[in-house]
Amino acid sequence: MKAIINVFLKNGVLDSQGKAVQHALSGHGFETVRDVRVGKQIIVEMDESDVAVAKEKVAHMCEELLANTVIEEYEIEIQK
Amino acid sequence: MSAKMKVGILQFPGTNCEYDTQHAFNDLGCETAILWHKEDSIPEGIDLVVVAGGFSYGDYLRSGAIAKMSPIMKALKKYAKAGGKVLGICNGFQVLTETGLLPGALKRNEGLHFISRHHHLKVVSNDNDFLRHCTQGDVVNIPIAHHDGNYFIDEQGLKQLHANNQILLQYTNEKGEIENPNGSVESIAGICNEAKNVFGLMPHPERAMESLLGSCDGRRMLEGFLNR
Repeated sequence: MKAIINVFLKNGVLDSQGKAVQHALSGHGFETVRDVRVGKQIIVEMDESDVAVAKEKVAHMCEELLANTVIEEYEIEIQK
Repeated sequence: MSAKMKVGILQFPGTNCEYDTQHAFNDLGCETAILWHKEDSIPEGIDLVVVAGGFSYGDYLRSGAIAKMSPIMKALKKYAKAGGKVLGICNGFQVLTETGLLPGALKRNEGLHFISRHHHLKVVSNDNDFLRHCTQGDVVNIPIAHHDGNYFIDEQGLKQLHANNQILLQYTNEKGEIENPNGSVESIAGICNEAKNVFGLMPHPERAMESLLGSCDGRRMLEGFLNR
């Protein structure tokens, strides 16, 4: 089973990297760009058969290590 | 004469300021020991634990994030909970916020650059063991060297820092006027916990020990821990 975890800065926490990328895109003629957020994707392969159990374990991993919940939020997608 | 103060300095893979820190405390007359991160206890008789600067685990995932999973960190939490004194410098500050021993978090610098230069800092609170030899409003000149020094804390957390005098230092110019190099909330360069036994700052006092090397202001800061 595979877990895809996306980690982004929370709304309200300034994403300086996103802003820099946004400026670069706008400067290159992509005028319709309104906002850019830069985050990271973490892919975890697990020996689990139960989706709910896997999801719970990954949420625990996010709280413990994969995300810093003071500034970041995360989304988990489980793929069989 | 009283017994020498004993300082333990944590070392993770990628830590690179442990020997500068050791030199600084030896120079102040302390006994020092480097503590490898695989150790699962803080040795008896240690008066201060310093989490030294560097790039623990290559800053992978987030600065200080992987270090917090090391065996010694469990021991450090216990040590701090029992009232033991802890100082985190630069990456050490990041490790302490990641561990939850200090509130807030350190983000990528607002300008996205790694900043390495001397910076002036204003002493905001001195009613603590660390800065007791400084006067409120004093301006010190201390090197900074970081990529992720942009201190973030939410509004409620900030209120608490103010209410308990937990803000230690702010980035300023030489006149003590706010000059924010990295986007930190209220230009905060260093804080302590509510109990005032855990301290963290991005600047490097251990690199400001000799006037020949630009500043000896770090001496007066680190001396605060002595003879207490």
